[in-house]
Amino acid sequence: MATMTMAKALNAALADAMLADDRVLVFGEDVGQLGGVFRITDGLQARFGDKRCFDTPLAEAGIVGFAVGLAMSGLRPVVEMQFDAFAYPAFEQIASHVAKLRNRTRGALSVPIVIRVPYAGGIGGVEHHCDSSEAYYAHTPGLKVVTPATVEDAYSLLREAIDDPDPVVFMEPKKLYFASAEAELPARKEPFGRAVVRRAGTDATLVAYGPAVPVALAAAEAAGEEGWDLEVVDLRTVVPFDDATVAASVRRTGRCVVIQEAQGFAGVGAEIAARVQERCFHALHAPVLRVSGLDIPYPAPMLEHTHLPSVDRVLDTVARLQWDDQPDARWVAA
Amino acid sequence: MTTTPQAVRRASARKRRPATPAAPDPSAHLLPRTEPVRLLNPDGTPLPPRDDYPEPPVEALREMYRRMVVGRRFDAQATALTKQGRLAVYPSSRGQEACQVGAVLALRDDDWVFPTYRESVALTARGIDPVEVLTLLRGDWHCGYDPAARRTAPQCTPLATQCVHAAGLAYGESYQGRDTVALAFIGDGATSEGDFHEGVNFAAVFKAPVVYLVQNNKYAISVPLSRQTAAPALAYKGVGYGVPSEQVDGNDPVAVLAVLTRAVAHARAGHGPFLVEAHTYRMEPHTNADDATRYRDADEVEAWGERDPVVRLETYLRARDVLDDAAVAAIGEEAEAYAAALRERMNTQPTVDPLSLFDHVYAEPTPQLAEQRELVRAELAAEQEGSA
Repeated sequence: MATMTMAKALNAALADAMLADDRVLVFGEDVGQLGGVFRITDGLQARFGDKRCFDTPLAEAGIVGFAVGLAMSGLRPVVEMQFDAFAYPAFEQIASHVAKLRNRTRGALSVPIVIRVPYAGGIGGVEHHCDSSEAYYAHTPGLKVVTPATVEDAYSLLREAIDDPDPVVFMEPKKLYFASAEAELPARKEPFGRAVVRRAGTDATLVAYGPAVPVALAAAEAAGEEGWDLEVVDLRTVVPFDDATVAASVRRTGRCVVIQEAQGFAGVGAEIAARVQERCFHALHAPVLRVSGLDIPYPAPMLEHTHLPSVDRVLDTVARLQWDDQPDARWVAA
Repeated sequence: MTTTPQAVRRASARKRRPATPAAPDPSAHLLPRTEPVRLLNPDGTPLPPRDDYPEPPVEALREMYRRMVVGRRFDAQATALTKQGRLAVYPSSRGQEACQVGAVLALRDDDWVFPTYRESVALTARGIDPVEVLTLLRGDWHCGYDPAARRTAPQCTPLATQCVHAAGLAYGESYQGRDTVALAFIGDGATSEGDFHEGVNFAAVFKAPVVYLVQNNKYAISVPLSRQTAAPALAYKGVGYGVPSEQVDGNDPVAVLAVLTRAVAHARAGHGPFLVEAHTYRMEPHTNADDATRYRDADEVEAWGERDPVVRLETYLRARDVLDDAAVAAIGEEAEAYAAALRERMNTQPTVDPLSLFDHVYAEPTPQLAEQRELVRAELAAEQEGSA
């Protein structure tokens, strides 16, 4: 056991993956000598040489397209998109090729690429540096979408992602990069597609992923004072989605709030809410509610705290889970 | 021992000399020549030989002719199959056979090709089963051939995206110690796409052995070249990336094969990418769904018809006495037989399995896909029961 940050755990995962498999190449913008703007690739070039870890031209479609070609030649590229919103130029490559090549070729080609995307806000970043873009990827069949919320999962899930035969969009919550925790590496406890119950509870289930998980846990702690015993489920992988763990939890508790940092409309949380009501209708004592970012472009730093799901907003939402068996007054026709 | 600067220069010049004699000095003229390389006149008579682009062996030219004739017949058959409703659509490359076949002949079988949707003739010239080439357009799956086995990427519909794949693949091959070359086809319109520039730039920066072959057929569907670029020629696009480039008369099969052979040698010798702009013309509309009379006039099409690459090569090879009436007739018969076999095979309805929709989305289906598969399976079973 050692105390370490998520950034260090990701760095260790990359190093261990490169050590385990010399087909693994790490590249992107500033990932070489600098070690990445968040230092996730720190020291990799010095340790593995500039053929294994290297800087590229500043062009995200180029980086991902280059990775497609490298994967076709039998290599295992792990690329870094410097920030969430800077990955958008690569979207065509991701949606049209990375996600589809296996399918288009009936399995003759596969492109086991990991696309690392530092994402989401809460860091006081200026515009275009704080987007929660997971829904775009989750909506694209052929991609796996993974986002760790803990230090051990950061290591574990990244190792799984690099070993996975399918392309993985690996979304790293920036605001958790430098949060420390006790961790023992290599921690590879759960495979892809397995959500975990981070906190057991009996009254309601909070479903969260990535940067929303600490919010959910903090809300669950605070809820104790209000007399609610809340369960927290951390998805870990948005795709594949673990219906079984989520539904089992909600069937136990009878109530569910889905928490995501991304804007809510047509988001991952909407999908989760739909899946939960499909599977748990008869166990539900209240509609499935969502707490999400507002449906606005990511706000300027001084306003982001209003946008981001907060413990208070989660608790207010939990309070609306019809504990008195009365419908939500806002939605009763006048 | 003292070493003179001249001796150093001589030694380094020796060291830098590429393994393949045909490879040009990498520092040589990044600026393309202002005129396309041409070795045959439009009427098929030869121009004076040139040192920089020696004429390919006559046997290669004869083989090129054979594949061009078969390719043209294939193309006509595919157009006919579209009219008969067997193909959803067909983008013809009639008139571009010199580029399509020249590219294939300039490469080794273990080199990689990155084609677009207009490269069906190149793919059949590569020996890929024509039915597999047309699978995409018949509609029973997307890519009908095995790209890994055929060293041929799926025909690419999103424009220019394959340019970056070619750079990555070629770099990956050289990284692993193999001397594979990748050739990426691209059209004039797609040179306006960002991925073209990113691909050429990545290939240049990583010295990836890629040949970019721009078939400038003058129109991107209806939009003329003047709306794509203000550059003197598309070959000039290489200069800004430090990539040597050349223009070639794309309807001169001898010049096309000569220029591409040298471009491939340049790449294989480790000098990085090479960009070739071939001036050619698409004789047919963009696809059967297009009406080319709305944007180009008959005189223009007719003028290009007089520069037909197949006729041009035939004239030349007859003059060289490597082709006679009997040989032309035999190749014509081969082409007819090829088309007849294709026709017959395409006139059967392919069987498709709806449950195969769930294969190959991921290496292993997700639980959600397994659920959906079960749903569809039940639907199909109910349908079958209903119709029984």
